[in-house]
Amino acid sequence: MNVMLALVDCTSFYVSCEKAFNVALREKPVLVLTNNDACIAALSREAKALGFQRGTPLFQCRDLIEQHQVVVLSSNYSLYHDMSARVMANLAAFTPHPLEVGSIDEAFLDVTHVTAENLAVYGRQIRATVLQRTGIPTVVGLASTKTLTKVAVELAKARPAYRHVLAIAYIAEEELDALLASLGVHEVWGIGPRYAACLQAHGIYTARDLKYADQRWIRTHLTVVGHRTQLELHGVACLPLEPNVKPRKGIMRSRTFGRAIESLNELEEAVATYTARAAEQLRSQGSVASCISVFLQAPQYAHEATRTTLFPTAFTPDLIHYALEIVRSLYQHGLCYRKAGVFLSKITRQEVLQADLFGTFSLEDHHKKGRLMQAVDWVNKLWGTDTLFFGAQGITRAWQMKQLRRSPRYTIRWQEILQIT
Amino acid sequence: MNEPTSVFRNVQTLMGPVYAGFPSPTEDYAEKSLDLDDLVVSHPVSTYYMRVVGDSMIGACIYPNDVIVVDRALTAANNRLVVARLGEQLTLKRLQIVKPKRIFLKSENPAYPPLEVKRSDDFEIWGVVTWVVHALVSSRPHGDGDGRAAI
Repeated sequence: MNVMLALVDCTSFYVSCEKAFNVALREKPVLVLTNNDACIAALSREAKALGFQRGTPLFQCRDLIEQHQVVVLSSNYSLYHDMSARVMANLAAFTPHPLEVGSIDEAFLDVTHVTAENLAVYGRQIRATVLQRTGIPTVVGLASTKTLTKVAVELAKARPAYRHVLAIAYIAEEELDALLASLGVHEVWGIGPRYAACLQAHGIYTARDLKYADQRWIRTHLTVVGHRTQLELHGVACLPLEPNVKPRKGIMRSRTFGRAIESLNELEEAVATYTARAAEQLRSQGSVASCISVFLQAPQYAHEATRTTLFPTAFTPDLIHYALEIVRSLYQHGLCYRKAGVFLSKITRQEVLQADLFGTFSLEDHHKKGRLMQAVDWVNKLWGTDTLFFGAQGITRAWQMKQLRRSPRYTIRWQEILQIT
Repeated sequence: MNEPTSVFRNVQTLMGPVYAGFPSPTEDYAEKSLDLDDLVVSHPVSTYYMRVVGDSMIGACIYPNDVIVVDRALTAANNRLVVARLGEQLTLKRLQIVKPKRIFLKSENPAYPPLEVKRSDDFEIWGVVTWVVHALVSSRPHGDGDGRAAI
């Protein structure tokens, strides 16, 4: 039995999250910026039409923004994260199998259970449900291989006549080939710019050309990856769904700074803050870690080091202590640090306690620390992150990401929920 | 002999009370205690919260500063309280469908006249209001930055 897949791709996801709550933005050109408000991370259809492009630094488009009164927003990651989880949870109801979540804004679904004549209707139902329940518009492509679902999504995006949903399964081969002929080879999933240039140089311009290209030639010039893509265009599924259910082996917290950091003091504050966040997550999943790594990045420099803790712990002050030891050993005066991160690993369940050989471990102490952390987590959960924090994290935190135009976290904080009249 | 006692005491705090003889007869019946979420939120992935501003719905016992629970998975019906989008604004109103084909958005306060939705209006139902959370005692402060404390 052949599988049938659906690819659901959220339209301008960050911008759509903003528009879902701020309905005044509906038809307006909107830009969402990257970390530190530096570049354009996402843009609405209206902004695209005005000539804005993803990746452009903000300062280069100031005039255009003013001229068209474009709405510019900082990224609101906690909101996007929550909305993504809502989209995925809604999608999960449409398949008896686990989803493959490709990224924050797209997922593959196994829809083999849907009959041929219902396939397109099913795609429309998926789109309508997600739109009604989250406010996020999507494009849905249905086909028998991942590569073909990508083709369907690209075509549905390019042609309004498909009304955002396109099924290219159970159609005549000639009809499919005609569709493939309208798609440039560089738009095929898995064909990067270098391969695309190589293919074009050999007269392979469209997805259809690629489908019928000499197989041996493809395997020599595009390796097995290109060969798979070619087979997938023929409807032979080579890339199975890979539901990501792997348990997390480590916890990473890293950020780019709001500005370059030169002083050891500020660097310590930043790393202590990331450590505190990572430790919080560690405790929330009921685990302890026995390995901590810190990395520091400056232009042309990247340093990292790892320490093994005396015994497995989730106690923030202990972890901060190790992290700062590493920072001090790595720090070089005169460098402009741009980014730092903390990685906790060798994670085990909290219940599996192991005393150390030399007796410095005291169970009583361990439980006292546990209770303190419980109290801190409880207060922070109740009154918001950082109601209680550790002195090492610093108070002003001038190095933090700039997010001057962030919208309210409508689904995350009680103080920021939507107001309605 | 100090050590072992302290170890056992701590084990107790971890596992709940430990009885010397038979285990507690209630142990088999341990269940999750009540959670308001289970009552109020039928569809967590399509439920949103909003804070009410203004007095246009006091007739429906919805007062300023109340929190409403809005479910976007429900279909609006006549007389339901809804969050509707009219053009570039969201508004909290009672939906009234008058046969054959007239739709009104009604405030629950005589000071505000009902609004008829015209065919040409850019209108949609954003979600259906399912619960109202109304505080009778002023609620606890929500710290947001200013309430921070270093430890």
